[in-house]
Amino acid sequence: MTSKISAQNVQVFYGDNHAIKDVNVEIADHEVTAFIGPSGCGKSTFLRTINRMNDTIDICRVTGDIRIDGEDIYDPKVDPVQLRAKVGMVFQKPNPFPKSIYDNVAYGPKIHGLAQDKAALDEIVENALRKAALWNEAKDRLDAPGTGLSGGQQQRLCIARAIATAPEVLLMDEPCSALDPIATAQVEELIDELRQSFSVVIVTHSMQQAARVSQKTAFFHLGNLVEFDDTDKIFTNPEDPRTESYISGRIG
Amino acid sequence: MTRSLLNVDARTAKRNASEKRFRGYGLAAIFVAVLALIMLMTSILTAGLSAFQQTYITIDVALPEDQLDKSGVRDPAAMAKVTTIRYAKVLKQALLAQLEAEGITTTLSDKDVAKILSKEAAATVRSRVLANPDLIGTTIRIELLASGRIDGFYKGRVTMASAALDGNTSPEALQLVEQLAERGWVETKFNWAFLTAPDASDQRPEAAGLGVAILGSLYMMFVVLFLALPIGVAASVYLEEFAPKNRWTDIIEVNIANLAAVPSIVYGILGLAIFINFAQLNQSSPLVGGLVLTLMTLPTIIISTRAALKSVPPSIRDAALGVGASKMQSVFHHVLPLAAPGILTGTIIGLAQALGETAPLLLIGMVAFVREYPAAYTSDAGLFGEASTALPVQVFNWTQRADPAFVERASGAIITLLVFLLFMNAIAIYLRRRFERRW
Ligand SMILES: Nc1ncnc2c1ncn2[C@@H]1O[C@H](COP(=O)(O)OP(=O)(O)OP(=O)(O)O)[C@@H](O)[C@H]1O
Ligand SMILES: [Mg+2]
Repeated sequence: MTSKISAQNVQVFYGDNHAIKDVNVEIADHEVTAFIGPSGCGKSTFLRTINRMNDTIDICRVTGDIRIDGEDIYDPKVDPVQLRAKVGMVFQKPNPFPKSIYDNVAYGPKIHGLAQDKAALDEIVENALRKAALWNEAKDRLDAPGTGLSGGQQQRLCIARAIATAPEVLLMDEPCSALDPIATAQVEELIDELRQSFSVVIVTHSMQQAARVSQKTAFFHLGNLVEFDDTDKIFTNPEDPRTESYISGRIG
Repeated sequence: MTRSLLNVDARTAKRNASEKRFRGYGLAAIFVAVLALIMLMTSILTAGLSAFQQTYITIDVALPEDQLDKSGVRDPAAMAKVTTIRYAKVLKQALLAQLEAEGITTTLSDKDVAKILSKEAAATVRSRVLANPDLIGTTIRIELLASGRIDGFYKGRVTMASAALDGNTSPEALQLVEQLAERGWVETKFNWAFLTAPDASDQRPEAAGLGVAILGSLYMMFVVLFLALPIGVAASVYLEEFAPKNRWTDIIEVNIANLAAVPSIVYGILGLAIFINFAQLNQSSPLVGGLVLTLMTLPTIIISTRAALKSVPPSIRDAALGVGASKMQSVFHHVLPLAAPGILTGTIIGLAQALGETAPLLLIGMVAFVREYPAAYTSDAGLFGEASTALPVQVFNWTQRADPAFVERASGAIITLLVFLLFMNAIAIYLRRRFERRW
């Protein structure tokens, strides 16, 4: 299996706070990788290094080597804008633009010139909303503001927005934390489907979810990558005692 | 034992009482503010509304050729040599003839009879004749300004009793005008000239208008809007979104905050030094005034724009960057539109401040007495380069004049200024609503 994302000796600092400590990880294409770990252990931080969203935080410093398709994404020649078109992201808190549902989804394709005409754009928007399991609820109110949706709907809108730009990697930071079980199931189905075309990295606090959707699981603890292996192995036969205590609910 | 919800316990009662007290304070504060506002408005309105009314006397004026164009060839240059003194004489004759025709007799001397007309009247007739030389030799019916005292009589400022003590008018003159009025020659009506005419000298308050001041203020608002808004917004966007956060940006931030608190007269001194002494721009011109006000308004706009930008949630920036928007795109597509209502409000507050500002304009000489319109519409004189004045400066100017008729004019100018401010705030509210409805 080829590795899509390869991280070597990654360290992240917020000022003096050493948030990610020497993480090495290989993320394969066409696979779902789950990041689990207690709150504050650095899952979001590490996720954000993969599309360089940490660049926007002044005090944040990243060292080490992260490659996507063998290319160093922290190379000075790399434009983070291009990188983020290739690596989409869904954030922990739903953050739709205060614009219409349609414009939310259409924005990415528009700025990247993915649609030749209005009909093509309509199609992209519809497809993205269908994949995100929002189409049925949203099709009659595409002009309504995205911020007027419920929390779970907003999160699905953000998912639709992320996949509308046709990324190759999709980073999802707890995408289901605001969703009901039905929508969660739909999103999980979507994640499985997305795996056909690209690799997905998902942060989750739900062990069941990690077990259901992912092929690989990484367990973070206090900024360290404690264990990274096949999901089956992590959940049935973890090597590290910390992993075992976490998944059995003893630390968290 | 359970506690009953039907009895109010001591703590709750105390809390409720303090809440009531607080509401009482709030109401009292608002009451005082409203009362002050009402008092201010009544005093200005009672003093100033009459400036929008003006008394006119209609006269049939014969324009004899032998007096106004001796050569008889209607040579414009020669006709222009005939001064208003000559026209005043013609007017006096016309007025006396009219009294005789109406059968009105008076004990006043001819000279005092002529005083019921404004000193401006002769100039009005003269410019009418110069504009149309064919009128010479005919008799025209023309509406002329009554003098300030006569006008004051119809507005209640001058009474028979005060006229008896007044060197400029007399009870007989008032009676004379009343007789003319009975026969329909005198009319008090809406005073458009107050809004369109330029200022007039001390002796003719009835002719003084705000035209030049309004024009000057408008010019300056344009200069301020077109300079301060783009510069201010660009500076704020850079500082807020692009600039690295370090010691230098901190220093700049502190300085901007300080500039906003600098007394406006200091900007006048600055403007005098930079724009007039150094850049050699015309003194008293709306361009210089506008530039000074731009300097003064910039900190206000920058501070409010930065506050508006700061209040846009960072998650929106993340969202835009996350779908691959560039920094510029995230700012221009998402952050700025969200900040626009705040920016607009700040800008209009800044503009309103600038509109009412007097001190710096005094320093750059905009207090000059401007008798003529700036030659704004001719091609050879600069649109913004001619000497001009501004509304608040005109108020300042008029309050210093001796004739009580100018008090009324000054209050009228304040009303005009307030109407402008109201209008601007209405625009601000309208724009806010419009922008907010889009989301
Ligand atoms: N913007 C920031 N500035 C400073 N420190 C930060 C910032 N974001 C995160 N941190 C710190 O980095 C560490 C890891 O945070 P991170 O958000 O990655 O945790 P997480 O694993 O995603 O937690 P959660 O599951 O609660 O989302 C924490 O100690 C946090 O305080
Ligand atoms: Mg997180």
